[in-house]
Amino acid sequence: MYSVSAALAPSCIWGIYVFGFRALAVLLVSIVCAVLTEYLLGKINKEFTICDGSALVTGILVGMNMSPTIPLFIPAIASIFAIAVVKWTFGGLGANWANPAIAGRVFVFFSFSSVMSSFKLPRTLAAVDMVSSATPLSLVKTVLSAGESSGMTSIQILANNGYLATPFAMKVQQATGISAYNVDAFLGNIPGCIGEVSKLLLIAGGIYLLCRKIITWHIPVSYLGVYAVLTWIFGGLPFGLGFFHGEVLSNLLRGGLILGALFMATDMVTSPITHKGMLIFGAGCAFFTFLFRTFGSLPEATSVAILIMNIVTPTIDRFCIPKRFGEEVKQ
Amino acid sequence: MRLATFKKGGVHPSDMKSLSNTQPIVRFPIPSELVVSMSQHLGAPATALKAVGDHVSKGEKIGQASGFISADVHSPVDGTVTAIKKVTMANSVCCDALVITPDETQTDPFTERRDYSAMTSADLLAEIKDKGIVGLGGATFPAHVKMTISPGKAVENLVINGVECEPYLTADHRLMLEKPYEVLEGIMICRKILNPTNTIIGIEANKMDAVEVLSKAISEKGYPITVMPLKMKYPQGDEKQLLKSTINREIPSGKLPLDVGAVVVNVGTSYAIFNAIAYAKPLFERVVTVSGECINKPCNLIAPIGTKISDLIAYAGGFKTEPDKLISGGPMMGFAFFDEDTPIAKGTSGILAINDKKSYVKTACLSCGRCVAACPIGLQPTKLYALITNGRYEDAMKNNLMDCKECGCCSYSCPAHLDLVHAFKTGKKMGRKK
Repeated sequence: MYSVSAALAPSCIWGIYVFGFRALAVLLVSIVCAVLTEYLLGKINKEFTICDGSALVTGILVGMNMSPTIPLFIPAIASIFAIAVVKWTFGGLGANWANPAIAGRVFVFFSFSSVMSSFKLPRTLAAVDMVSSATPLSLVKTVLSAGESSGMTSIQILANNGYLATPFAMKVQQATGISAYNVDAFLGNIPGCIGEVSKLLLIAGGIYLLCRKIITWHIPVSYLGVYAVLTWIFGGLPFGLGFFHGEVLSNLLRGGLILGALFMATDMVTSPITHKGMLIFGAGCAFFTFLFRTFGSLPEATSVAILIMNIVTPTIDRFCIPKRFGEEVKQ
Repeated sequence: MRLATFKKGGVHPSDMKSLSNTQPIVRFPIPSELVVSMSQHLGAPATALKAVGDHVSKGEKIGQASGFISADVHSPVDGTVTAIKKVTMANSVCCDALVITPDETQTDPFTERRDYSAMTSADLLAEIKDKGIVGLGGATFPAHVKMTISPGKAVENLVINGVECEPYLTADHRLMLEKPYEVLEGIMICRKILNPTNTIIGIEANKMDAVEVLSKAISEKGYPITVMPLKMKYPQGDEKQLLKSTINREIPSGKLPLDVGAVVVNVGTSYAIFNAIAYAKPLFERVVTVSGECINKPCNLIAPIGTKISDLIAYAGGFKTEPDKLISGGPMMGFAFFDEDTPIAKGTSGILAINDKKSYVKTACLSCGRCVAACPIGLQPTKLYALITNGRYEDAMKNNLMDCKECGCCSYSCPAHLDLVHAFKTGKKMGRKK
């Protein structure tokens, strides 16, 4: 479990760097509340489980999913809900029915929607004189639902609405043609939740976990792969661009998708136990993420998608029984 | 070169063979006392034929097979029976044992080679039975029973098991290197009995020197035997996985190799069969690997059955450091025991003194699925464990618990350090109770 915390650390450090000490405060509150809840509930149950590192991971993930400007009581509630309700009322480690961090986040998201949706400019973009502090996804959604643009890609929408990019990203765009917005999204120079912005560091953490064989490739590859395909085929529809015109790279890099696919969907307790089941699970997460993002009214869909698939996991397990060794007996 | 192996499951523990794989086989000097158990094999223990005070000669039958699945036991030394007592072997089987004090001087029979070309397969089988030959791969199934082919069944493939996939063990490896002609002649004797279409020796890729030695001997003698090097993977030495790797057949659940037209024989057993037929020598000694990080001088010894393990360890230089575990067999499927005076038996392929690298703290199952991925039979250890620890033995049996071979791949992979194999052993016992 401590390896997972280590894999998450670089992204958290970046989040603190670009969003300031407020972000550190949010992370600390989430972690402390998670570990404290685990400790106190352990005392009631006469167990001592905070050393297995799972409460720490839940706390970090809850903190990473918070906006840096959030009032501190909200991550506290999220952490406490995650540990006490999702994990302990159902039997503790190994018995939770949904990823605790995801369930905690969704709980506070629907309870405190407006503060959960207000973000802050990262240090690297604030220097560029940008106007809006909305995340790229939410800005695009607002513009689309206002019906103000048809036939424009999301990149064009961002450009039209005064979304700026860092000078470094502009240089990369000039050199390689990759949109500066995508470069910024990859590096982590966009508003968003503390831990979700730096895709680069998240992917590094994910590769570390893969090399340590803590996660297998099945869920991330299936999740991101199916999502990419769905986006490519259908993603252009809300923009009036027709089929096969979805912006795969932009959509992969935005929002909590990479964080979700690498660290939340791969939570072992709430994902299937067979490789075949994991592939189905990843595909299901991708389907729901795509559905909610593209045609839903909320900008962030990853959490709810993973939550739904967590609930479906036991059914997937029931139908994905490994093939038993041995030929059929010829009668 | 792509080497064959089985696809489903399996794990890759470090093989730890370098501790003893360069140690030539040495004859262990006759110890001061032997405790020869009547249960040296799978099946019913033999009935003791000798009483206290009787003198026995080397190779004399001292235990009579009792039942269809049973085998004779022969005295490993010239000596006197000083006691008959109950002994608990490393595999927890408790039975009678003859305590024999060896004579000062020992005879050396079984050195004259005989011409066995006139023996029919029935003669050969009878001789194998009479000489107490059992499978030396670890299961100790009586060889004459295995090689008696029921009418209507034919042996297409004779597969020789030179895999020795358990870490630390090097007895079979050294045997193949040092006695290739004898092992091959033993295989040819099996061929005469079983009349297979193909004969294949499966050897793992960490023993390429044995592959070379055997291949050379085969081409010299012109034997119709193929040597097949296999990719290293545990538990390739299990007959189910071995048949999958070599002839690509999967034994159905609850069935035997013969049901896919094959018979599997260990190289050590082939050597014992050779001795039985060519030298009329009964099975009363075998190669044992004494190894482990805690042993001063790891070695491969030919030791008589009934040797106390403490004597073997002393010969191997004693303990370098105090071991955490003493194991009879290999670390994956062997038996941990605590009484150093436990005697070895026909099935004891190795004695290991190892350290448990960390002290394992058992946590709750995380449903990570590693056990499912590792199981070579396609079971779901996590599900079986949950059923058994909750007392639902019948449901566990319905979920194919009896197919579990207790190979240990699941326990090896479990990050929560659950005692999976222990649970399955318990579950099988409880599930079979009526």
